[in-house]
Amino acid sequence: MLGVARTLIYRDLLLAMRRRGDVATALLFFVIVASLFPLGVGAEPNLLRSIAPGVIWVAALLSAMLSLGRLFAADHADGTLEQILLGAAPAGVVALAKGFAHWLVSGLPLVAIAPVIALQYDLPSSLYGVLALSLLLGTPVLSMIGAIGAALTLGVRGGGVLLALLVLPLYVPVLILGAGSVEMAAAGLAPDGQLLLLGALLVFTAAFAPWAIAAALRISVE
Amino acid sequence: MTTAIRWFWYASPHTFFPVARTLARWCAVAAALFAIAGLYVGFLVAPTDAQQGEAYRIIFIHVPAAWMSMFLYLVMAFWAAMGFAFNTRLSGMMASAIAPTGALFTFIALWTGALWGKPTWGTYWVWDARLTSELILLFLYLGFMALKAAIDDPRRSDRAGAVLAIVGAVNVPIIYYSVQWWNTLHQGASVSMTRAPSMAAAMFTGMILMALAFWMYSIAVILMRVRCIIMERE
Repeated sequence: MLGVARTLIYRDLLLAMRRRGDVATALLFFVIVASLFPLGVGAEPNLLRSIAPGVIWVAALLSAMLSLGRLFAADHADGTLEQILLGAAPAGVVALAKGFAHWLVSGLPLVAIAPVIALQYDLPSSLYGVLALSLLLGTPVLSMIGAIGAALTLGVRGGGVLLALLVLPLYVPVLILGAGSVEMAAAGLAPDGQLLLLGALLVFTAAFAPWAIAAALRISVE
Repeated sequence: MTTAIRWFWYASPHTFFPVARTLARWCAVAAALFAIAGLYVGFLVAPTDAQQGEAYRIIFIHVPAAWMSMFLYLVMAFWAAMGFAFNTRLSGMMASAIAPTGALFTFIALWTGALWGKPTWGTYWVWDARLTSELILLFLYLGFMALKAAIDDPRRSDRAGAVLAIVGAVNVPIIYYSVQWWNTLHQGASVSMTRAPSMAAAMFTGMILMALAFWMYSIAVILMRVRCIIMERE
C-alpha cells in the first residue's frame, strides 16, 4: 500500500518535472494576483500591512484552485485513471497520494515564496514564520478539498468555472484560520489557537477527504 | 424480511407518484391556512416592538425562512446519503427537488434580513457571522445545483451531487464556527442581534405559525417537483 502511494507520488512528480511550465504558471499567478492588490488599493504602507495576510491567503486559494483542473484530467483522458482504480490498491490511498503530489507541486512552492510577497507588503519579518507555517498547514487542506471538486467535475462540461463554484465556499474555514493566525501574530497575540485548529483541519481532511475523492473518482470513471 | 420490503415500498418512483400528489395537495392547503393564520397574528395581533417599532414584523418571514434554509440542506444531504447508500432512484430525485426550494429560502432569508437591517442597523449588509454563513450556504446550494445541471446522465448526476452534499453537510458546522470566530476577531460586538429577552407570546405564536406554513409549503412544492422529475425520467 505504501509502495503504491510512493510510486504514484514519484510518477506525478516526474510528470510535473517534465512540464515545468504548468507548475510555474500557478506560482506566477500567485505572485501576480498578490502584486495587483497594491495597484488597486494604493501603496499606503499601513493599509498594505493590514491587508497582507488576507491578500496572500486569497491569492493562495485562487492559485491552488487554478492547478486543480490538471489533477486528474490527463489521467482521465488517456485511461490511466481507470487502470489505477482497477488495480489492487485501495482507491483512498490513490486519492491521498494524488492529493499529496498535487500539494508538493502547487502548495509547497507557495510556502517558499510567501515571504517574498510579505516583503512587498512590508510585513515585519517576525511574521514570516507564522505566515509560512500557516500556509504549510493550510495548503494541503486546499489540495485535498480541491481534489474532491476536481474528481466530481471530471469530464463535465464547463468544468473549470464549476470547480471554482464548488470548491471556494468549502475553502472558507482555511482562509479564515490561515489569515487569522497571521493577523493574531501581527496584533502581538499568540497565533497558536488558529494554527492548532488548522492542524486539526488538516488531520480531519487527510482522514476523510480520500474517501470522498475515491467515491467521486469511481462515479466519474464508471 | 417483510419489514425491509415495507420500508422500501415507497422508494419506488412508481408507487410514490400517486401518494406524492395526495400529500402535496393536503400540504398546500395546510400551508395556505397556516400562512393566513400566521400573517394575521403577525400583522394584526402581535404588539409593536418597543425598540424596533413596526420594522421588526419582517421576522415573521425572515426567521422561519432562515430555519428552513438550514434544515433543508440537512434534509437534502440526508436524501443524498440515502441514495448513495441504498442506490434508490427516488432519493436522488428528492435531493434534486429540495435544492431549489432550499436556495429560495436562503435567498429570502438574506433579502428580508437586508430589508430589516436598513431601518434597524442603518445598513443593508454587515459582515455578521450569521449573515456570512447564510451567504456561504447559498453558495453551497448553488454549487450543488450547478453540478447537477452540468451532468446529463441522471444516475451519475445524482451520485456526484450526493458526494458534494455530504461533503457540504460535514463542512457546514465548520464554516459556521470559523465564521463566528472570524467575526468576533474582526469587529467585536458592534452590532448585536439579540433582541429583548422576553418575546411576547403573540410574536412567538406568529413565528411558529409561519414556520409551519413554510414547512408545509416546502413539502408541497418539493413533492410536486419530484413528480415532475419522475415524469421526466421514467
